[in-house]
Amino acid sequence: MTETSMDIQPQRSQWLDVWDQFKTHRGAVIGMLFFITVCLLVLLGPHLWPIDPHTIDIRAKNQGPTLAHPMGTDQLGRDTFAQVLAGGQVSLAVGVVAMLISLFLGSLIGVLAGYFRRIDGLLMRLTDLFLALPLLPLLLVIIMLFRDTLRASFGPNAGIFILIVFVIGITSWMQTARIVRGDVLALKEQEFVLAARSIGTPPHRMILRHVLPNVLSPIMVSATLGIANAIITESALSFLGLGFPSDFPTWGRLLFDSTNFMTLNPERVIWPGLAISLTVLSVNYMGDGLRDALDPRIRGR
Amino acid sequence: MLNFTIRRLLFTIPTLLFISFVIFFILDAAPSDPTGNLPLTIPPDVREKIRESLGLDQPMIIRYLLWCKQFFVNEPLNLLAQWGINIGDPDRLRVISFQTRSPVVDLIAQRMPQTLWVVGMSYVVGVLIALPIGIISAVKQYSWFDQMGTFISMIGFSVPTFFTGVLMIVIFSVWLGWFPSIYDTTLVVDSWRTLGLQIRQMAMPVFVLALFNAAQISRFMRASMLDNLNQDYVRTARAKGLRERTVLLVHVLRNSLIPVITVIALGVPQVFGGAIITEQVFKVNGLGQLLIIAIQGGDIPTVQTLTFIFAVLIVLFNLIADILYGILDPRIRYD
Repeated sequence: MTETSMDIQPQRSQWLDVWDQFKTHRGAVIGMLFFITVCLLVLLGPHLWPIDPHTIDIRAKNQGPTLAHPMGTDQLGRDTFAQVLAGGQVSLAVGVVAMLISLFLGSLIGVLAGYFRRIDGLLMRLTDLFLALPLLPLLLVIIMLFRDTLRASFGPNAGIFILIVFVIGITSWMQTARIVRGDVLALKEQEFVLAARSIGTPPHRMILRHVLPNVLSPIMVSATLGIANAIITESALSFLGLGFPSDFPTWGRLLFDSTNFMTLNPERVIWPGLAISLTVLSVNYMGDGLRDALDPRIRGR
Repeated sequence: MLNFTIRRLLFTIPTLLFISFVIFFILDAAPSDPTGNLPLTIPPDVREKIRESLGLDQPMIIRYLLWCKQFFVNEPLNLLAQWGINIGDPDRLRVISFQTRSPVVDLIAQRMPQTLWVVGMSYVVGVLIALPIGIISAVKQYSWFDQMGTFISMIGFSVPTFFTGVLMIVIFSVWLGWFPSIYDTTLVVDSWRTLGLQIRQMAMPVFVLALFNAAQISRFMRASMLDNLNQDYVRTARAKGLRERTVLLVHVLRNSLIPVITVIALGVPQVFGGAIITEQVFKVNGLGQLLIIAIQGGDIPTVQTLTFIFAVLIVLFNLIADILYGILDPRIRYD
């Protein structure tokens, strides 16, 4: 601890300290830069890249990498690069939205269980029950069975998007809930909570003003891990043929479609797989760095 | 300890019943039609008869209770009958698959060996790789070996198995042609040549799953070793002049293995779940593939039974992990 320099400096915000610590983790910085690059590419790419992912050019089918098609073309002559960009939009959107749902559920249940002793037992048994469910088989079952109903009511693409995001969200909140509950339980014993209660703070303001800001760090770490988990789960579902349809490609779906042409056009498999792997790797490194940066025992050392 | 085990075992019964009800409820709430795959020329009234013959006209709670009776009473009795112990009427109604009209338990028994061979072998290989890597990484912390180990394990749990699997097929089956890309279940191992074939066809799926498992377990092993290396008893052991090897492999390793063993036990059911994807990549016709086929065909009894068996595995191995923890670590007392 460099106490002298801390005294001289004017008030430093906590997040500045976190950022300073985050910067020292080389993998995390590289991961963050890579993730930002992927996001920008995927968001802006389709506007800049001239070829539409749905354009069929049957004469140029099953090509290897060329100047016109840097990642080659598929069996209908569609440009793989354009498809990877378009697929990335869906994959990342699924990752972010599913993460938000699972984070919301996890924080809600964690805070409620930690704060209100009366419902703690019930909510934690519910968490245990969800942890005991075989998730992948159930995900497959739910998607297979509810696909057509949701497609009929929300349209083919929006329906499957809602379904996948929702099922991933409601099956991945348990770890967040457990961590948040533990932190809330420890927080409740601290003096400032007692002080706030002594001036008559009602529970909802107590949670929003005093508890939630203090459990933000574990929630943020779960957020990064949640994105990675959601992207992998979505691609796994698409890979099993139970995710998005072929004409609405995601990275997992592209990988699944290209495995059928593995002997003819083996390079095609690599691009979507590489996109999934590198994105997840960068997010995981970011989460690693964030966990170190948010841990006050490591920070400042 | 025995008290604790019995209490926990008794507690698993309502848990499992509740899980089976949840699974049944989800399956029932879905608008799936087991006659959907039949030819369109079948008239609607015949279709209705088929649905009736499958028992689908009954209310849900009746079907659930019937399934419970078939699965929890009739199937175990049937198993006993196979061993020569006959209790009650031998013509019991078993859990029958909608698709094949054969008992689901027989289907599972057919698929089990492939899954156990590939998945079980990969878990054993994964653990065997992970433990030494974790130990060396911890002893030589921040060395190049440790850095490499960290990086590889990061890759191991970031790269999904369906991509590593496909990549392996592209490299070793398509380009090099060393291993077959499709698992041949009909192969009978009766000579050195067929044994070689069996090893070759198992190599890729086992390696893919082993890499994935080793990534996580080696991290746990490293963290656990590091926790123990800073303890006072290690300093004492060194101070009384024990060789470094004895200190590490006898004192530290034994204590570090306690949490790792529970992690290994907890990972077993997840491996079965994850194997669904690997089986699909390498076309192994094991339990995972049976589940996928059953889901696609709307075969509710098979899906229900298989999913429930996965749930049983999770609950069972959670229990085993808790009990192992209590046996191995004398500081932990459940009573």
